[in-house]
Amino acid sequence: MKRREFLRKVGFAGVIAAAVSAGLSLPKRAWAAWNQQAFRSKTTSEALNQVHGSESMIDSDKIFMKAPDIAENGAVVPITIQADLPNVESISLLVDENPNPLAAHYQVGKGLRPYVSTRIKMGKTSAVHAVVKADGQLMKATKEIKVTIGGCGG
Amino acid sequence: MSIRMRAKEQGGLVTVKALVKHPMETGQRKDKNGNKIPEHFIQQITAKANGEVIMEAQWSPAVSKNPYLAFQYDGKKGDTIEIAMIDNEGKTFDGKGKVK
Repeated sequence: MKRREFLRKVGFAGVIAAAVSAGLSLPKRAWAAWNQQAFRSKTTSEALNQVHGSESMIDSDKIFMKAPDIAENGAVVPITIQADLPNVESISLLVDENPNPLAAHYQVGKGLRPYVSTRIKMGKTSAVHAVVKADGQLMKATKEIKVTIGGCGG
Repeated sequence: MSIRMRAKEQGGLVTVKALVKHPMETGQRKDKNGNKIPEHFIQQITAKANGEVIMEAQWSPAVSKNPYLAFQYDGKKGDTIEIAMIDNEGKTFDGKGKVK
């Protein structure tokens, strides 16, 4: 293949690749800004202040956290949060001992039940908080999860 | 990277379960040569039912690799569920399905 021909083909392929990757993000969505300050916070109280503007919470027996007592693999810790409360606005999941405690934050939209389930990483044994905002009030349920093998190193 | 989902209705309650293929790198791991692997993770998620936003989420790199997400809403069979995600590199991906 001649050099010029080669360049032309490669150039063309590059244009196609660019077009394809642009096309993949078809419907342009307005994404809210990722809450950098909250997710980069080094402590649970700092993260809560960044998300909710407050860290004062009451313990609630209406919030249920289903999670293992002992996580053998800290890379995959299944956590389900359910709240038996009206007018839930948001659910946040925080792990005290992780480098950045805030793991996930869910904003409740129309018709959503206060139930979310996901799997998270835990560096070591830690208290895990499910923080629920309902009727403007911050409430939490806390569970200590023991980690045998951490999920952040490697 | 792709989103696989299943949505099932029972008694007016729809349970949506989604699995995403994504490395969810924390930025704290090192490769064989001791170089840090840069962070690469899903930052935001939007879930819609029949075009209406039912949930918006923000994630940190602490969510496990190949994330699993389940949520419930008041809905019915035949509803259209759309889930869209964007990661810290600005890549977006979508999943669409019908409630069974």
